[in-house]
Amino acid sequence: MSEQRPILYCRCAFAKVLPEEVKDGVLQRLVASDFPFDSVPDLCEMSAKNDPSLKEIAAQENVCIVACYPRAVRWLFDAAGAPIDPQRVKVLNMRTESVDEVWDELLAVQSADPATSEPASGETNLGGPNSAGADETTSITTQDRG
Amino acid sequence: MAAHLPQLPRVILYEGKDSQPFAAEVRQELMVKLLDRGYTVSRATERGRLENLGHEKVIVVGIFDRAMPLNSSDSVHIQDVRGQSSESILGAVESFALPREQDTAATPKRWKPWFPVIDYDRCTNCMQCLSFCLFDVYGVTKGGKIQVQNQTNCKTDCPACSRVCPEVAILFPKYKAGPINGDEINQDDLRREAMKVDISSLLGGDIYSMLRDRSEKAKSRFSKERDDDRALKERQRCLDKLKSNFDGLDIPTEVLSSLPSMDQIQAKAQRAKERAQQALEMQSSAGTSPGGEEDVSKNPPATQI
Repeated sequence: MSEQRPILYCRCAFAKVLPEEVKDGVLQRLVASDFPFDSVPDLCEMSAKNDPSLKEIAAQENVCIVACYPRAVRWLFDAAGAPIDPQRVKVLNMRTESVDEVWDELLAVQSADPATSEPASGETNLGGPNSAGADETTSITTQDRG
Repeated sequence: MAAHLPQLPRVILYEGKDSQPFAAEVRQELMVKLLDRGYTVSRATERGRLENLGHEKVIVVGIFDRAMPLNSSDSVHIQDVRGQSSESILGAVESFALPREQDTAATPKRWKPWFPVIDYDRCTNCMQCLSFCLFDVYGVTKGGKIQVQNQTNCKTDCPACSRVCPEVAILFPKYKAGPINGDEINQDDLRREAMKVDISSLLGGDIYSMLRDRSEKAKSRFSKERDDDRALKERQRCLDKLKSNFDGLDIPTEVLSSLPSMDQIQAKAQRAKERAQQALEMQSSAGTSPGGEEDVSKNPPATQI
């Protein structure tokens, strides 16, 4: 199994700037797929609050962000002190693209990504207090089960 | 920086090994409900792994085949939700959250995150935004770099400062149109900016004086009216007219009608001007470029973004 790019979906709460059918349609497809992904209520709100999650997201390898205009997403992260590397981060724009376009691009991004390492199957890094370092994180690991 | 409430826990819908998948409609409903309540929601499957997002609390819900893999703790709560509806799972999630967080999530009125975002690839640190804004949204760093510092002071739906930026460097991601919403800047946008003259001189003086003057005239007409309904309509008409006169700035009526008094405007404008001047002096003495501070300039040239 190849390493998939982390996916972050923004729900863009508070404003109706994203077409409802697009943001609902993309979420439906994500939910119906077998992709693991993260979803957040609103990247703008997170940026304004300096949400520490943005730093964690920015640090992820090759994250694919499904949100709005790439220029807006880039500088929202930057404003929160979590600059993203434009060469490694892919932003898909739900303001201008249809559900099919976003989805096709997402699939293309995932399939184009070369296998770099094998993920630990069944492992979910949960985080927790003082969990910035990998060693301090809590995990559900299938081997842990009795 | 925006004043904010404690971070809500992250919710993980666990569908990895040794668990059963949620029913499709439950998964979809739950995801939407949780997002609407302000939670970060992640879905774990066998296909890959989720990364730590730095939350102090995490709630894991799943339909587990066997005994729980870990005991719940103060920071990680694991719950088997076999056979439960999305509403019931939502209740379980919220019961784990602090009571204060529960109240927050249930509060329908949340701040709409409307504020300017600076594109430092374009910003020249000219301080026009700092001089222009009456609401102290902008500030400068110790190094003299323009920065958005008080997001919640920004007037919702007002993109006026982006209109006065000579470099098209101010974004409002929730604005309706480009390039203010973050859309790519095209040649027409640049041509428009090249034609932009100092807005104060264009209006024959201080833009705020002009706005205030017109607003006062509208209020004056309003005060002469005896009939409340008629007066209200008249005021609205005047404000609409005022707004249309400044259509290029796209300032909402609410902002125009809530402008401070003339004296307050002059005092604020003077303070802003002084701060801008100080920042410019600091900048010229230190040779600071807008991207020269912190890590902004470290970003390589955009390819995908």
